[in-house]
Amino acid sequence: MKTWTSELMRAVRAVILLAVLLCGIYPLAVWGIGQLLFPDKANGSLLKQGEKTVGSVLIAQPFTAPEYFHPRPSAVDYSCSRVSSGGSNLGPLSRSLSNQVAKQSTRYRQENGLPASFMIPGDALTASASGLDPHISPADAAAQAARVARARGMNRKQVLRMVQRQLEGRQLGLFGEPRINVLRLNLALDGHE
Amino acid sequence: MESIHWIQLSLFVGLLLLLTHPFGWYLHRVLETKAKTIFSPVVGGCEKLLFKVLGPGAEKEQSWKQYGISLAFFSLAGMLLTYFILRLQHILPLNPQNLAAVDPALAFNTAASFATNTNWQSYAGESTLSYFSQMVGLTFHNFVSAAAGIAVAAALVRGVVRKSALTIGNFWNDLIRVTLHLLLPLSFLLALIFMSQGVIQNFQADTAVTCLETKAGQARSQSIPQGPVASQEAIKMLGTNGGGFFNANSAHPYENPTPLSNFFQLLAILLIPSALTRYLGLMAGNKKHGWAVWSAMAVLFLASLLVCWRAESLGNKRLPTAGVSRTGNMEGKEVRFGVFNSALFATVTTAASCGAVNSMHDSFTPLGGLMPLLNIQLGEVVFGGVGSGLYGMLVFVILAVFIAGLMVGRTPEYLGKKIESADIKLCAFYILISAILILGPAAWAAVSRWGTAGIGNDGPHGLSEILYAFSSAAGNNGSAFAGYTAISTMANIVLGLAMLAGRFMLIVPVLALAGNLAGKKAIPAGSGSFPVHGLTFIALLIGTILIVGLLTFFPPLSLGPVVEHFIMTGSGKLF
Repeated sequence: MKTWTSELMRAVRAVILLAVLLCGIYPLAVWGIGQLLFPDKANGSLLKQGEKTVGSVLIAQPFTAPEYFHPRPSAVDYSCSRVSSGGSNLGPLSRSLSNQVAKQSTRYRQENGLPASFMIPGDALTASASGLDPHISPADAAAQAARVARARGMNRKQVLRMVQRQLEGRQLGLFGEPRINVLRLNLALDGHE
Repeated sequence: MESIHWIQLSLFVGLLLLLTHPFGWYLHRVLETKAKTIFSPVVGGCEKLLFKVLGPGAEKEQSWKQYGISLAFFSLAGMLLTYFILRLQHILPLNPQNLAAVDPALAFNTAASFATNTNWQSYAGESTLSYFSQMVGLTFHNFVSAAAGIAVAAALVRGVVRKSALTIGNFWNDLIRVTLHLLLPLSFLLALIFMSQGVIQNFQADTAVTCLETKAGQARSQSIPQGPVASQEAIKMLGTNGGGFFNANSAHPYENPTPLSNFFQLLAILLIPSALTRYLGLMAGNKKHGWAVWSAMAVLFLASLLVCWRAESLGNKRLPTAGVSRTGNMEGKEVRFGVFNSALFATVTTAASCGAVNSMHDSFTPLGGLMPLLNIQLGEVVFGGVGSGLYGMLVFVILAVFIAGLMVGRTPEYLGKKIESADIKLCAFYILISAILILGPAAWAAVSRWGTAGIGNDGPHGLSEILYAFSSAAGNNGSAFAGYTAISTMANIVLGLAMLAGRFMLIVPVLALAGNLAGKKAIPAGSGSFPVHGLTFIALLIGTILIVGLLTFFPPLSLGPVVEHFIMTGSGKLF
């Protein structure tokens, strides 16, 4: 019994000491170095215009107007006051999923004036995992370019050139997928690089 | 399945293989010696202090029972710490959003989940937990549950290689050495890499953003949650924990912003489990044995990945396909990761007992979702969790050696130790318990109101959700078919108990096995000894794992993902 009590007290001492080190010193050290070396990134990759914060490069914003490129459908409402995250979690045989995709494909075709023969890129019809996906595929951007050009009174080629300039290739030429950051592209269209 | 993805895959597996060698050596140095390491100048002071405060009992050799008692007390104390932090978070510091106290059942579930290295997310991080709860209540277990897992694996390996010994090491010593010399410094480096990619680390309240697009002349605003994410993210991966800071886990751009951060996350999950096979080889004085175990793991890993990747690339046949280009199944996936990196992540996180996700497994195609589920059910021995992967695998190794012995009619032996009735009983107990803990509660949930209330998708997918939840809980994985919401008090408690049993009811037979093997005399290997390296051994080991796993789980799987696959390909039925 005595050894059990002493072992329990040893456990309590270990928990306290390790908590101070692993949950106090360690995260504070990471925080300090982060603020020193990567202040922009550690604070959320925020984009500022003067005093105003206009968004985070990493978090999608709601865009519905024709003169802006639109992000992917989302299972969470990223325009609401506090951004939550998550996917639809609809299974492959879900009727709601099937209906949502059908509805979105009709809307997408109408908005962009696409013929029935046009193949819509899959990412434009499906909700992302985080609900905050800041990117769209290059194919999605290309399909939206004509609409944006029309709404802005620009030439489609001009818009496509801007899309091309915002194209992020595979990282180090190798990792991930080519993509376009919607917020960055829309900011560029508005004349803020 | 483009060639660039094959290159990414080769790079991943190649780098893992390359790192296994030095890290296995390093693990051996940390666990089996008191020698200084390259991190001693930084953590040496803490190490001295900890040993001083814990007293001589933290260095004396322990029997398997003493080892188990130390581990049990330590886990209990840690679990209580987390439980009370969650219950009291409203009066604790670092709560800029003024989140309320966590309710008792959810606090129990979360404390159990983190103390057992499961990290099942019954909570939604950004809307339930304060920064203090995340940083202290959760990060604490991310470190120590991982260290405890490695400690138990080391204890078992010592039991195998020691001769006529009464002891299997000291729990406190293993805990401290692994935490200070391995987990802490590596987490720190990893956190820096993550921050360089855009993972956040701050203590600010939500950031208010004025959106670019106005609606009807009105400015719209967005409020973005912040927090100390990078420090937690690093150990979440390295310790195969997997509990996310945010609800969307590693799919959230603040947790996993770029393909490169994703690559490092993948590598961090498998690094230690893979290196432990090398540690096994070094301890056994038979490096080929370590590589043979690694190879068996790699074969199962690649097979599982290829099925998942292929299924996800083919996409969802049931979606209105007219005029949609075939880019694979992108529902619940991020553009920066695409189908390949999502399938790879899903395979890695379930092969190990990590449970972090960068895509939503619930929205995978039937076969794509079957593979992560099967990985968990096979016992997470394909690399597996830190420590738990190796000790689970050694149970299968002993079983395989036993079967080989039966086939040739000789007394089975493993690394010079006779495998006798008591050892096989403990292995059988381990395997039976893990199956019962998954299937029992899952069956109960499937026929009860509290269990079915949380189902998010109708049809066979609903059963898959229940099956996944209980496999994940008892298997200490923590990923989910997240459409299943276990918010009821009953579901939280049953899942919490399943996690505790799935961890500690398996550690007990493992430690008993370690103690039993340690006490045996070594016999020299003879010409009739079954070699534990080479192709025959690898094939036998893989066969044993598959036969045990498939015989146990094929019936329920055939009612879930398998039948769902045939409905998808063979009919137009939707649910």
